[in-house]
Amino acid sequence: MDLSIIIENLPIYFTGLKNTIILVSISLVLGLALAVPLAILRNYGNPLVQLPIRAFVYFFRGTPLLVQMFLIYYGFGQFDLIKESLFWPFFREAYFCALFTFTLNTAAYTTEILRGAIKATPHGEIEAAMAAGMSRLLMVRRLILPSAFRRALPAYSNEIIFMLHGSSLASVITIVDITGAARIINSRFYSPYEAFLTAAVFYMAITFLIVFLVKKLEVRWFAHLQPQSTKAAIETPP
Amino acid sequence: MLSLHGYGPSIFEGTLLTLEVSLASLLIAMLLGISGALAKLSGARSLRLVATFYTTIIRGIPDLVLMLLVFYGGQMLINQLGPLLGYDGYIDINPFIAGVLTIGFIFGAYMTETFRGAILAVNKGQLEAGTAYGMSGFMVFRRITLPQMVRHALPGFGNNWLVLVKTTALVSIIGLNDMVRKAGLAAGATRKPFTFYLVVAVNYLLITTISIYILKYLERRYSVGVREF
Repeated sequence: MDLSIIIENLPIYFTGLKNTIILVSISLVLGLALAVPLAILRNYGNPLVQLPIRAFVYFFRGTPLLVQMFLIYYGFGQFDLIKESLFWPFFREAYFCALFTFTLNTAAYTTEILRGAIKATPHGEIEAAMAAGMSRLLMVRRLILPSAFRRALPAYSNEIIFMLHGSSLASVITIVDITGAARIINSRFYSPYEAFLTAAVFYMAITFLIVFLVKKLEVRWFAHLQPQSTKAAIETPP
Repeated sequence: MLSLHGYGPSIFEGTLLTLEVSLASLLIAMLLGISGALAKLSGARSLRLVATFYTTIIRGIPDLVLMLLVFYGGQMLINQLGPLLGYDGYIDINPFIAGVLTIGFIFGAYMTETFRGAILAVNKGQLEAGTAYGMSGFMVFRRITLPQMVRHALPGFGNNWLVLVKTTALVSIIGLNDMVRKAGLAAGATRKPFTFYLVVAVNYLLITTISIYILKYLERRYSVGVREF
């Protein structure tokens, strides 16, 4: 092991870290924004609307992320329709293609997670909302979504980690993310252990950070389910 | 409309290789998973520690990074060990072995968690009854734990299998001629990348869909003796 290689080349890893974080965070935010309406429509929409959503989720969950990325990055160039369109400057770029693929992929998985969470809303809560005269939209906003988000959090935290790990595929289409940085170092110095173990440490640090943050969020979101401590009970009597 | 320009048989070979890689990795993953689960539930602290370390590390590192580490790192390791063992030639690591070992190793960690949960779900009283009959620890495992844990393990096992099949696409990156790589070669020659990758995507959908049906059948079969509430 020769750690001086890594120390001298840390800037490459930091560029990689930056790209990984940008790719993962943007695709997660956009994917979630797509998944919320899709999951609602998938539960309450009419069957004709549900069908394309089901097909979308089925396709993106049933095929490897790598193949999806190749389909978009290499595949779209096959069609003159896309090549002559306004979007071609975007789809020509590896970075945009990776972002596009990751967004759709995480949107599909998140839709499925949220669909299950929405479906598990207790009937009593919905009946109570109806009895209180809430409209459908108000019910979704005030009751169904907040409670579904809580139920979905553990599964969604897994999805965040899968997305982080999946983002390493971006290195295959020439993007310098953390894995891409490691591949550069490996090919330049022929030092696979140093290069890939450093990448592994970076990924592990991010994974543990995500797990830690989700735990904190869980404590906040599930505060009402925690057993009340004696001290709190004495200080703020009901 | 869909013409494969004569590359159909080539893609088919790739599909067979994908299936081979998947099944071989599954075998390793199951062996590692059952050992990992037994280690996690064993009384020995050191075994528990090793198993926990294993599952934590694997879940923190992307599959691709591990695979590249095994492929390039393993290559180097073997060639460093070779001279020590009295072999002077250059040894090329086989991408099939590197791929299968990595994927098996990764999914061994996920299987460990699945099997651990399944073993814990087996009724404690029955294990005690087995011991009371004078069965040895191994016999209790073989006759009581194993047949019953299958039912509890199947849903998690099925999920792991579906993810594993999709992960095998990564072996194309280390140069194994699975269907993704075959499609890439065909796409390069015909300039029809979308067509070929779509065919591959459909193949994956077929494999996963058929798997789901088989898993459903198995789940029903192994739940025959269970009363439904």
